[in-house]
Amino acid sequence: MSEKDTGSVREELIKYFDGSERVAEIVDEEVPFPDGKLIVSRTNTKGIITHVNQAFVDMSAYSRDELIGANHNILRHPDMPAVAFKGLWDTIEGGEKWQGYVKNLRKDGRYYWVKATVIPNVREGKLVGYTSVRRKPSRSKIAESEALYVTLK
Amino acid sequence: MPFNFTVSPDFAPDHMSGWFYFNTWLQRNLGTDIHLELFDSFDEQREQIRAGKIDLIYANPYDASMLVREQGFKAVARPAGTRDEAVVVVPANSSVESVEDLMAGSRLATTADPDVHTIGMIMLEPADLDSSNISQREYDTYILVAKALLRGEADVGFFLKQGFDELSDLIKGQMRVLVSSQISVVHHALLVGPSLQDRFDDLSRMLVDMHTDEKGAGVLESMGLSRWEAMSVEQTEFMIDLIDTLTI
Ligand SMILES: Cc1cc2nc3c(=O)[nH]c(=O)nc-3n(C[C@H](O)[C@H](O)[C@H](O)COP(=O)(O)O)c2cc1C
Repeated sequence: MSEKDTGSVREELIKYFDGSERVAEIVDEEVPFPDGKLIVSRTNTKGIITHVNQAFVDMSAYSRDELIGANHNILRHPDMPAVAFKGLWDTIEGGEKWQGYVKNLRKDGRYYWVKATVIPNVREGKLVGYTSVRRKPSRSKIAESEALYVTLK
Repeated sequence: MPFNFTVSPDFAPDHMSGWFYFNTWLQRNLGTDIHLELFDSFDEQREQIRAGKIDLIYANPYDASMLVREQGFKAVARPAGTRDEAVVVVPANSSVESVEDLMAGSRLATTADPDVHTIGMIMLEPADLDSSNISQREYDTYILVAKALLRGEADVGFFLKQGFDELSDLIKGQMRVLVSSQISVVHHALLVGPSLQDRFDDLSRMLVDMHTDEKGAGVLESMGLSRWEAMSVEQTEFMIDLIDTLTI
């Protein structure tokens, strides 16, 4: 749990890359990453979720049915700068692996930090989608990322 | 020329004879000559793989990546129910209560087992530890990792979960698990090389039914396995993608 958490609740407008937006309830309270687990999801080439593991379901607080078929930006937290995701997409669309620290928004408005790796899935030479595996980040990397992301917003 | 079969060097020593019985069973059921060669080290085995000298292998998930993507191997089956998980362990009297208490300069006892080492290192990341700020020593077996911890020669050790669970209660009682991985999709698999792939379907059928036949069930038991499960191409690819994300 971050020392800066106040538990306060606010409504915030999230603007997505494609021009759509939604008002989300944001709760300033961290949910700790479960020790020893990996949070796994896969998407098609457009970023629509095709697979999630149980740890993903548990941490997101959405049901599996709500997640499969949804755009992966369902987890986008307003504290994340758009430029971070531009970097992600430029990298993976270029066929490379991307790694970074991401603050994710849960359905209940709380948040969790992850160290995420996203890789292109290539089958018989063709790109068929992407896989993301998240692991537990260190507190120091979270603090660095928080400091960096406020400057990028 | 007989086909060459080999087993990932991280198999449990107690099951060594089981792999020889399995080889005999395979030869009889496939009606072909197969030579089983066991290697002491991963490096020695990888050299033989790269030289194209292996036709069938019970592979560690980490090596499966290279075998499938670079050498044209195909996964035919995996053991039902067993998954490769790692545990991070400290001596019972250690002042370390959680991974985050481990400090730079910690002495790590590990093995050459690539999956356990990779997963173990990921479980140290929350403490900002990596190969640059710990001192690590590789031991040949999990018993030796345990001894290093008990003798105070190491502060933290990595074990294959199954390897740790199989230690005696007396030894286990002197250690404490800090964190256990729960990845559940990483496991060993039996892979077929290009030279043997015209027998892929026969092999797949035989393996999936192996536990239903009395002889087959006995051989499985001697290998410490309950039965084989067929593995699809996509299951294999998914596992490899996942391992790929763990190696950066
Ligand atoms: C495999 C994969 C996993 C992703 N995981 C996340 C995630 O966990 N959280 C997140 O905010 N964005 C994730 N993204 C990025 C989203 O697709 C999206 O770019 C981001 O949420 C920002 O939304 P927007 O691009 O619609 O503005 C992922 C993308 C891919 C391809």
